[in-house]
Amino acid sequence: MINKTVANAQKACRGVEDGMTFMLGGFGLCGIPENAIAELVRLDVKKVTCISNNAGVDNFGLGLLLQKRQIKKMISSYVGENAEFERQMLSGELDVELIPQGTLAQRCLAAQSGIPAFYTPAGYGTEVGEGKESRDFNGKMHLLEHAFKAHFSFVKAWKGDTAGNLIFKGTARNFNPNMCGAAKITVAEVEQLVPAGELDPNQIHIPGIFVQRIFQGEHYQKRIEQRTLRQRH
Amino acid sequence: MLDKNQIAQRIAQEVKEGYYVNLGIGIPTLVANFVRDDIQVEFQSENGILGMGPFPFEGEEDADLINAGKQTITALEGASYFDSATSFSMIRGQHVDLTILGAMEVSQNGDIANWKIPGKMVKGMGGAMDLVASAQNIIVAMMHTNRAGQSKLLKQCSLPLTGVSCVKKIVSNLAVLEIIDGKFKLLERAPGVSVSEIQQATLGDLIIEGEIPQMKF
Repeated sequence: MINKTVANAQKACRGVEDGMTFMLGGFGLCGIPENAIAELVRLDVKKVTCISNNAGVDNFGLGLLLQKRQIKKMISSYVGENAEFERQMLSGELDVELIPQGTLAQRCLAAQSGIPAFYTPAGYGTEVGEGKESRDFNGKMHLLEHAFKAHFSFVKAWKGDTAGNLIFKGTARNFNPNMCGAAKITVAEVEQLVPAGELDPNQIHIPGIFVQRIFQGEHYQKRIEQRTLRQRH
Repeated sequence: MLDKNQIAQRIAQEVKEGYYVNLGIGIPTLVANFVRDDIQVEFQSENGILGMGPFPFEGEEDADLINAGKQTITALEGASYFDSATSFSMIRGQHVDLTILGAMEVSQNGDIANWKIPGKMVKGMGGAMDLVASAQNIIVAMMHTNRAGQSKLLKQCSLPLTGVSCVKKIVSNLAVLEIIDGKFKLLERAPGVSVSEIQQATLGDLIIEGEIPQMKF
């Protein structure tokens, strides 16, 4: 078994440099790689491009990198929860590419699986389609979309083993599996790191081949954005 | 005139036995509260759950279990979780039977705009562009007019589009309308709302044939 374990977030982020492109898993604040984000803030890497469905909130998630003006460009599908983001975008400090969520996921998956490009109907006839190749399939128009290229993928899983195998929990799965193996180096942080052999191979969502570095995360906050409750009768 | 819950209640009548349904943020989320409990339906949320249940009781909320509106939710018996690419395979592959979403504007040929107001608000399209580009059955839940009283049912959308020629049906606070042959066709009116009120609130071409019944609840 190939051991993918590194001691901590510092070791896991070795090689991160200014100007790189990162993929970061998570949907809202659900399933985000909290430890890797904290380390990227500490390293103070600048002018980075972040591919992530959302941009965090003002004081958590990718919002922390935005506060320090570390991000040059965001590639996301929805950025509505972040006032600092909106300010930087409207002032022109931050370059933003908004793309349909399914296209975002598929561009990750394409990168993971060696598919350079694919056709999707999403965004045809809208400004998302401007300047893109389009083609009719079965009487319906589609846009040509390309696989992402990134230097690092930062993902968060629930359980992982030393071989890099990953299991996700609930809707914290989201983009995390699609980003594994989609960048040159995939860094996985997990709530529970166990020795290889302890996870049931039948239950593994992402095989370790897609993961280069894995570490035991710590101090997870797992913030809830919208605490919505049902009344007991 | 309907309130948001009544719009959701009327839309719930469109949810049929055996449907997999994707609910958008806002009024569409409320639809789940009004679906008859004697039919089998599953709600999909594009962040990765099929079999979404109601909000949790206090103390039972789980940060790892949310819907696409980032609200805490529960999972029903038989629910499943999946990654985002799989989620959009369900949507693009037309495995989801019905999509219900909100809109800022709809045009009479079925174009929809709901993601951007240039210079004012740019939140992003989320999954809406994928949903409207692929869904066979799309119902829009919306207010018929904006706060200034201007129609949101137009000949042509003025805002950046989310999708083209995709909306089939609209349930507003005033009426139920269908989009047929590039026009809005009035099907039902809200209780207490007259046909002429609906005409005044609709800037796009409106087809009115015969007596227009009042919505039933």
